[in-house]
Amino acid sequence: MSPYRDDPRALAALVEPDRVHRDVYCDPEVFRLEMERLWARAWIYVGHASQVPNPGDYFTCDIGAQPVIMVRHTDDSVRVLMNRCAHKGTKVVSALSGNAGKTFRCPYHAWTYRTDGTLLHVPLQDGYAPTVKKEGLVQIRSETYRGFVFARLAPEGIGFREFFGDSLSSIDNLADRSPEGELEIAGGCLRYLHNCNWKMFVENLNDTMHPMIAHASSAGTAKKLWEGQPADAPKPMAIEQIVPFASDYKFFDDMGVRVYDHGHGFSGVNFSIHSSYSSLVGYEEAMTKAYGAERAKKILGTVRHNTVYYPSLTIKGAIQSIRVARPLAADRTVIESWTFRLKGAPESLLARTVAYNRLINSPMSVVGHDDLHCYRSIQEGLAANGNAWVNLQRNFDPAESRGGEITANGTSEISMRNQFRAWREFMQG
Amino acid sequence: MIDKELIDFVVREARLLDEKRFDEWYGLFTDDAFYWVPLTPGQPDPLQHNSLAYEDKLLLQLRVERLKSPRAFSQQPASRCHHLLQTPEVEKLDHAKGEYLTRTQMIYTETRGDESQRYAATAWHSLVRVNEELKIRLKRVDILNGDAALPSIQLFL
Repeated sequence: MSPYRDDPRALAALVEPDRVHRDVYCDPEVFRLEMERLWARAWIYVGHASQVPNPGDYFTCDIGAQPVIMVRHTDDSVRVLMNRCAHKGTKVVSALSGNAGKTFRCPYHAWTYRTDGTLLHVPLQDGYAPTVKKEGLVQIRSETYRGFVFARLAPEGIGFREFFGDSLSSIDNLADRSPEGELEIAGGCLRYLHNCNWKMFVENLNDTMHPMIAHASSAGTAKKLWEGQPADAPKPMAIEQIVPFASDYKFFDDMGVRVYDHGHGFSGVNFSIHSSYSSLVGYEEAMTKAYGAERAKKILGTVRHNTVYYPSLTIKGAIQSIRVARPLAADRTVIESWTFRLKGAPESLLARTVAYNRLINSPMSVVGHDDLHCYRSIQEGLAANGNAWVNLQRNFDPAESRGGEITANGTSEISMRNQFRAWREFMQG
Repeated sequence: MIDKELIDFVVREARLLDEKRFDEWYGLFTDDAFYWVPLTPGQPDPLQHNSLAYEDKLLLQLRVERLKSPRAFSQQPASRCHHLLQTPEVEKLDHAKGEYLTRTQMIYTETRGDESQRYAATAWHSLVRVNEELKIRLKRVDILNGDAALPSIQLFL
């Protein structure tokens, strides 16, 4: 039915500079092609090295619909392996995380592998002719950047640094917010099932025209509840966190947005909804002690909103939380929300991070409910015939199609257009 | 007699939710109360660990007020909920302090339009007597699979 697998021109025609065809969100064949051509060729976030602190510690997930294991090898390096026994294909581990000891032992026939994937032992070896070559667990190319582990399934392709370029500055800012320059995953993972295409979630993160509308019932109501209070009343953390979502168009426009090649970008070039948080006792002092006053001020003064590491990872440096898109089907995605402890910072930092995460990213979040309602509504609305296109025209400038680093007004839809430029490149061929 | 009073209270609390009498439900909580839905069963800590919800009175009020808003888009159509309770067990009785703890096994169902979700859960009510009246100081609901990938849960377990 779907022409896209065998017709590169039809596939390319789904993306125009300022609009995209609905099939990018709805067509199951386009989704399969995305997994093969975008998610397998781009650098995808797997997990954070702090999730696997000791040799044998592992974490499992799917990248592009393929099961992988992130594991700490005996030489202390973090490896990413296919979770597939070389014998019959059994997943060698099934838990989300755990410790494998020195080896992965398949539960079916006990083929055993070292934690770098090499085959160690097969029972009754003498049943195989000496010429039979037995594989290990397939090792995937991975890079660890300040603890963030990314993998590229395709053996050949774009390099890590070339792919991310200067967008890595957002990860730097997040890690630099630790007085020790190191992050540690803490507090578990909120997993929110979205019955929509993964791109709706990713695009929304730098969509600054929606908060004051979609979140009127949550942030708007919080603002009203708070307005009744005396001016000198101590502001609860939740109010500090949720009310800025109700800021006006000018606020979000002045925030600014910056994009980089290959789909990455962030909003909050100048400031963000996280800029006016109260300081937490002892934290700025610890930062100043670690970095000196000037550098500490610069790190804490960089308060970006969402940074998208296209297509899989989105981070909030100022909040120390990240959200990871794990696509399951054209209309099904799991969003994982993880939180970090900043090593060397007071406990109150993690408490603030966790408070924000449950307020905004939980399956019980009143903010998340309205976002997801809108995404699902798009998924259903796009079935309507008569207009097959999704509009990305806001502040479109034809010159931006040349790419490179571009900074624009915060309510521009440039980040979505930039993502689709990358999408189109990866999807061809 | 006190057991019956505690049990009646827990049953009535669930009924207020099922009948969407949220203002009356909100009135059952003390000023310093929390409503807590941990991420994992047995989770010891709400502050240094993620939870599905950990709400003080202000955030509970926000939820209740939001549900009245014509712009609560995710409530069009509105959700419905149903608490099927086993008889609550009284876990602790401290008459001197007027403090009580009950444990209630339940099946929680939430529907919206054609969609329906169902959870096995354990509710813990920490109750306190304030001016003769029982109030909730902490309602904790452990969902059996709170750490699974869950869809939106929009009402109150």
